[in-house]
Amino acid sequence: MNDVLLTFILIVIKLGLVLGTVLSLAAYMVLAERKILGRMQMRHGPNRVGPFGLLQPLADLIKLLCKEDLIPERADRWVFMLAPAISTITALLAFAVIPFAAPLHLFGRTIPMVICDLNVGLLYLLALSSLAVYGVALGGWASQSKYSLLGGLRAMAQMISYELAMGLAIVPVVMSSQSFSLTAIIAAQQTLPNAIRHPLAFLIFVIAIMAESKRTPFDMPEAENELVAGFHTEYSGMRFGMFFVGEYLNLIVLGAMLTVLFLGGWHGPLLPSVCWFLIKVLGVAFFFIWVRGTMPRLRYDQLMAFGWKILVPLGLLNILVTAAWLLWRG
Amino acid sequence: MPTLLFYILAAITLLSTVLCLTRKNPVHAVLYLVHALFALALLYFLLGAPLLAAWQIILYAGAIMVLFLFIIMLVESPVADQSSRRLSRWLPPAALSGSLLVCGGALIVMDPAATAVISSYWLTPRDFGCALFEHYGLAVEIISLILLFAAVGAFHLGRRYRPNSKEDVS
Amino acid sequence: MSLWRDIRGTILPFWVTLRYLFRRPVTVCYPERKQIPAPRYRGRLILTRDPDGEERCVACHLCSAACPVDCISMQAAEREDGRRYAAWFRINFSRCIFCGLCTEACPTLALQMTAEYELATRELLQVVCEKEELLIDGCGKNDQYNFYRLAGIGVAAPRGSNPGESPPVDIRSNLP
Repeated sequence: MNDVLLTFILIVIKLGLVLGTVLSLAAYMVLAERKILGRMQMRHGPNRVGPFGLLQPLADLIKLLCKEDLIPERADRWVFMLAPAISTITALLAFAVIPFAAPLHLFGRTIPMVICDLNVGLLYLLALSSLAVYGVALGGWASQSKYSLLGGLRAMAQMISYELAMGLAIVPVVMSSQSFSLTAIIAAQQTLPNAIRHPLAFLIFVIAIMAESKRTPFDMPEAENELVAGFHTEYSGMRFGMFFVGEYLNLIVLGAMLTVLFLGGWHGPLLPSVCWFLIKVLGVAFFFIWVRGTMPRLRYDQLMAFGWKILVPLGLLNILVTAAWLLWRG
Repeated sequence: MPTLLFYILAAITLLSTVLCLTRKNPVHAVLYLVHALFALALLYFLLGAPLLAAWQIILYAGAIMVLFLFIIMLVESPVADQSSRRLSRWLPPAALSGSLLVCGGALIVMDPAATAVISSYWLTPRDFGCALFEHYGLAVEIISLILLFAAVGAFHLGRRYRPNSKEDVS
Repeated sequence: MSLWRDIRGTILPFWVTLRYLFRRPVTVCYPERKQIPAPRYRGRLILTRDPDGEERCVACHLCSAACPVDCISMQAAEREDGRRYAAWFRINFSRCIFCGLCTEACPTLALQMTAEYELATRELLQVVCEKEELLIDGCGKNDQYNFYRLAGIGVAAPRGSNPGESPPVDIRSNLP
C-alpha cells in the first residue's frame, strides 16, 4: 500500500510539473508565434503589454475569460460545449506518456521521468491524435452553421488521411527499436537519432503532423478567406480560447512526438537531459512557425492527392525497404 | 480491486451501449458508442492486452466511428431539442464519463507499466504479432485480399460516370 | 529539371523568411515616435480667415452638399453690408471619412484640411466640432486668396476697385 501511495504522489508531482510547464509554454507559444511571424514580415508583433509584450498571453486570457459566452440558438448545446474540451484534453493527455528527461536516481529509487510509461505508449499517442478529430468535427457539427460544418468535415477528412501517413512513418521506427514503448524508442536512439536512420520516414512524419495539427500549409479547415474561421466560427469567449490553446498544445505535443521518435529524445551532450528535450521541442515549434511564415495554403484537392497518392505509397515503400534491410542484416 | 474495476467498466460499457441504441439524435448515438468503445478498451487493458486496447481506440473510435460521423454530419440533423438546456439532462453522460475517467485514473495509478492486472497472461505486442502472422497468417492474408477486392470495387463504383469516356480522353 | 526547380522553389523561401527575421522592423512605434504626415495629408478640417482677417466662409452649403456622409451642417446669415457668413457651423468628426470632397467644393477656400490626425477621444460629443473650434486665426493654404476681392461683388471693396478688375459697365451709357 505504501508503495502504491508513493507512486501516486510521484505521479501527482510529475503531473503538476508537466501540466504547469506545458500550459505556460502553450500560452507563450502564442506570443512566440505572433512575434516571430511579425519579425518575418518586418513588424514588431505584440509589444505593448509588459516589457517586450511578455504579459500579452495573460492579457489575452483575461480578455477571453471576460467575454460573453455565446451559444447559437439552434446549436446542440450538449455537444457544442463538449467539443472544445475534447480538443484541449486530448492534447493534454498526450503528455502522460512522453519521457521528458533521463531517469532520476533519488534516495536509492529510480524515478522514470515520464508520468506513465505505457508499453504501448506510441499507440496511445496515435489513439489520442485520432480522437482529437472528434473535438473539431463535433464542434463544427454542433454549431449549426454552414461554415462550421464545412470546416469540421474538411478537418475530419484531412486528419484521417494524414493519420494514415503518420502511422506508416512510425512503423520503421518501431521496427528498428523493436518496441512500442517511448522509453525504449529513446534508448534505441542513444547513438544515432532516427531522423538520420530513417530520413524518408522523418520527412513523411513531419509533413503528416503538420497536416494533423491543421497548421498553415494545410490549414484548409480554418481557411479564413473561404470558411470565416472553419469549425470554430461560432465559438466565443473561453470556449474559443480552449480551441485556440488546444491548437498550441497540439503544437507542443507534436514537437515532443517528433523529438521522441526521430530526434533522439532527451539524449544530447553536455547539457542536462531536460534542457535537451526542451531545446528540441522548441526547435520543432520554431520550425512550424517558420513554415507558417513561409508557405502558402494548399488547395483541398491538392492536399488529398498529396496525402493519398504520394505520402501513403512512399510510406508503404519505406516500410518495405526498411523491413528488407533489417531482415538482411539479421 | 481489479475485479471491482472490471465490473464497473463492464456496467459502463453496457449502459452506454444501451443509451447509444435508444438515442434519437444520431450524433449523440455515435458519442455514446465511442464512449462504450472507450470502456471496452479499458477492459482490454485491464485484462492484460494493452495493444488490443490501443487498436480498439485507434481503429474503432478513431477511424471507423469518425467515418460514421462523417456521413451523419452530411445528413440533415434534427433541430436540437431545447430540453437539453436543463441540467438534469447532463447527468447520465456526465456520470458515465466521470466514472470512466476515475476508472482510467485508478488503472494507471495501480499499474503504470500496464502489466497483467486481472488475467494471468500478459499479451505483449510481440506475442500478438506472432500469433497474428504465424498462427493465423493464412486468415490474415485472405482478409487482406478481400479488403483489396473491396477497395477495387469501391474505386470502380466511385469513378465519375462519363457516357463517352473513350472519346473524351485525349 | 523541373523537379529541381520545384525543390529550389520550396527551399529558397525559407531562406528569405529567415533573413527577414533578423531585419529591423519597418513599423513606426506610434505613441513614442510620431510620423510627420505630408503637407497635403487629409486630417482634421478647419475654417480659415482671409488676409484681411475676416471669415472666409460664405455659408454656401456646397461642402455639406458634397459631403458623402452628411457630417457638415450650418446655418447661413448675412451681415448688413451684404457679406454672408455661417451663423453656426458644425462638423461631426465621428462621421467624417476625411475624403476631402468638402475642401474641393469650397469656392472660398475656407474649409481646409490639416495634418492633424489624433482625433480619438473617449467622449463622443467632443468630436462634434462647432464653429468656434473650427475657426482659426490664419489663412492656411493659399494665404493671398480673398474671395470677395476676386468675385466681383462689392462687399470687401467697391466694385471695380479690386486689382485686375475693370470698372463695371454703366449700362445706361451703352445705349445707342
